[in-house]
Amino acid sequence: MFKRGINLTWFGLLRWLPLMVLLVVLLLAPQYLSDFRLNQLGKFLTYAIIAVGLDLIWGYGGMLSLGQGLFFGLGAYGFAMYLKLQSSGGKLPDFMFWSGLESLPWFWVPFQNPLFAVLAALIVPALLAGILGYFVFRSRVQGVYFSIITQALTLLTSIWFVGQQAYTGGTNGITNLGSAQLFGYSLLSSEAQHGFYFATVVCLMLVYLLTTWMTDSRFGRMLVALNTNEARAVSGLRPGTDQNAGLCDVGGDCCVGRHPLCAASRDHSPSSMGVVPSIEMVIWVAIGGRGTLFGAIISALAVSYGRSYFSETFPKFGNTSLACSSWAVWPSSKRVSLVR
Amino acid sequence: MDALILQAFNGLSLASILLLVSLGLAFAFGLMGVINMAHGEFIMIGAYVAYLFQQTFAGLLGGVEPGIWFILALPAAFVVAAALGALMEVALIRHLYGRPLDTLLATWGVGLILQQAARSIFGAPNVNVSSPVWLSGGFDIGAGLLLPYKRIFIIALVTIVVIALYWYLYRTISGRRLRAVMQNREMASCLGVRSRLVDASTFALGTGLAGVAGVALTQLGSIGPSLGTFYIVDAFMVVVLGGVGRLPGTILAALLIGVMNTVLELGTSATVGKVLVLLLIIAFLQWKPSGLAALQTR
Repeated sequence: MFKRGINLTWFGLLRWLPLMVLLVVLLLAPQYLSDFRLNQLGKFLTYAIIAVGLDLIWGYGGMLSLGQGLFFGLGAYGFAMYLKLQSSGGKLPDFMFWSGLESLPWFWVPFQNPLFAVLAALIVPALLAGILGYFVFRSRVQGVYFSIITQALTLLTSIWFVGQQAYTGGTNGITNLGSAQLFGYSLLSSEAQHGFYFATVVCLMLVYLLTTWMTDSRFGRMLVALNTNEARAVSGLRPGTDQNAGLCDVGGDCCVGRHPLCAASRDHSPSSMGVVPSIEMVIWVAIGGRGTLFGAIISALAVSYGRSYFSETFPKFGNTSLACSSWAVWPSSKRVSLVR
Repeated sequence: MDALILQAFNGLSLASILLLVSLGLAFAFGLMGVINMAHGEFIMIGAYVAYLFQQTFAGLLGGVEPGIWFILALPAAFVVAAALGALMEVALIRHLYGRPLDTLLATWGVGLILQQAARSIFGAPNVNVSSPVWLSGGFDIGAGLLLPYKRIFIIALVTIVVIALYWYLYRTISGRRLRAVMQNREMASCLGVRSRLVDASTFALGTGLAGVAGVALTQLGSIGPSLGTFYIVDAFMVVVLGGVGRLPGTILAALLIGVMNTVLELGTSATVGKVLVLLLIIAFLQWKPSGLAALQTR
C-alpha cells in the first residue's frame, strides 16, 4: 500500500482508473447540465476538496477536527471581501454604510488587490490551523478533546463574526456580489460560471494528487504510525510537528476549495462556517471510508446530492437525512479499519 | 461594584445550570469514553416537559400561579429524559463502544433528529413557560440590590442535586459499583459487577439531570428546539477543564467557567467574553493536560 512513486504496471495503473472515469464525467458534465445544476455541481466539488483534506487528518492521522468549517469559512470571507469591494466600485460596501462606518477598515484595504485576496485566503486559515495545532498538540491534547476544542473554536468564531456587523456583514454575510467583474467577465455570466467550474475541477484534481502523494510518502506513513501506536512511533519521530503540519495542510486544502465556491454562490454568509457544516464535512469522510481519499470525494458528492434531492422533495426534513447519514459510521468504519 | 456583585450572582446561577448539564456528560465520558453530542437535546426535552405540564396540568392543579405543576415537572422531566437516554444507550451507543469519534457523530445525528422532532411537534418558534408566583420578585440584600428568587431557586436546586449525587456515589451500593467500573472496568466485572447495566443506568442518570436542567432553564427565558445547543459547548468545556469523571473537578470547572463567562462579559461583549474563556482553557491545558482533577486509575 505504501509503495513509493508511481507504479507503471497494469495493476498500478488500475489504481488511477476511478479517478480517470470521474475526471471524464466531470469534464463532460457542462454539456448536459443547466447553469443552475452546473453551479450546484461546482459547489459540491468544492465540498469534495474539503473532504479530501479532512480525510487526510482523520482517516490517516486519526484527528477528528470539527472545525473544518471555520477554515473553509475564513477563506471564503477573504475572497468575498475582494469581490464585495470590486462590485461596490470604489464606494464603501453597503453593509458598512448601514452600520455607520465612515471609511474602509484598515484590514479591508489590502483586499482591493485580487492577488492579495487569493493569497490571504490561502495563508490565513493555514496559519490559524498551524497556530492552533501547535498549542493543542504541544499539550498532548488528543482524540475527543481535540474534537471538542476545534468545535468550540468554530462555534465561537462564527458567533463572533455574526456579532461584528460593521466589518463582516453580520448574519447576512457578504451579499450582492452579483455585479462583480472577474477577468473582464461578469460574475453571473455563463462563461464565468463555466470558468469557475473548470477551475474547481482542476483544484480538486491537484488536491487529490497532492494528498495521494503525501500519503504515499514518508509523511503519510508517519501519520498512520502516529495514529496506530504513538508511543512506538515517537522514538525517532517528532509527532507534534507532524500532526501540526497535517493540520496546517488541511487548512490550506480548505482554502483551495473555497474560492470557486464563493464565487459560484455569489454570496457568502457566516452560516457556512458554523458547527453544523463542519460536522457535515466529517460525515462525508465517514461515509466514504476513512483512509480512502477517492471514497471521500465520491461520498461528498453523493451526500450533497442526496441531501439536496431530499430537501427539494421533502422541504421540512432536510436535516433528518443528514442525521441519518451520520449513522453510516456504524457499519462502515469497521470495514474500513479491516482493510487498513 | 453593585453591577459586579449582581453579575457574579448571575454567573453563579449560570454555573449551576452548567454543572447540572455537564455532570451527565462527564459521567458518560468518564465511564464509557462516550461523548454525547445529543446531550443538549435532553435539556430541550426537559424544558418542553415543563411546557407540557404547564399547558395540560396547570388547570387541574389550581392554575399556573401556585406552581404545583412546576414542582411536578422536575421529577417528570428527569424520568422522561432518563428513559429516552436509556433507550438511546441500549439502541445506539452500546453498539459503538470503544469508538469515541464514531459515537460522537452518531449521537450528533440523534440530536438533529430530536431537534427536528421538537420542531414538528411544538413548532419552530420559541415558547414561554410562565413562573409560579412564588418565584417572581427577589431577595433584597440592601443597597438597592435585588437577587431574583428564580436564580436563588436554581442555585438551591442544583445544590440539592449535587448533595444527592454525592450521597448516591459514596453511600449506596450502586454508586460504589459505578465508581468501581469507572476506575477499572475489567476488574469490576470480574468481581461480579454487571458493567453494561451500570453503563446504561449512569447514562440515563446523566440525561435525566440534563432534563432537570431544562426545567430550570424555562425560568430564565423562552425555550425552543435548539435550546440545548447554547449550553452544550460550554458544558463540554467544563468536562475538558474539570478532568474526566471526577465530581469535584467538574464542580470547580463549572463554577469557574460560569462566573468567568458572566464577569468577562461585563468588560467586553458576550461573544468576546466567551472567546477569552476558551483561550484561557486552551492555555490552562498547556499547563495541566488532564484537567483540574484527573482520575487515579488503579
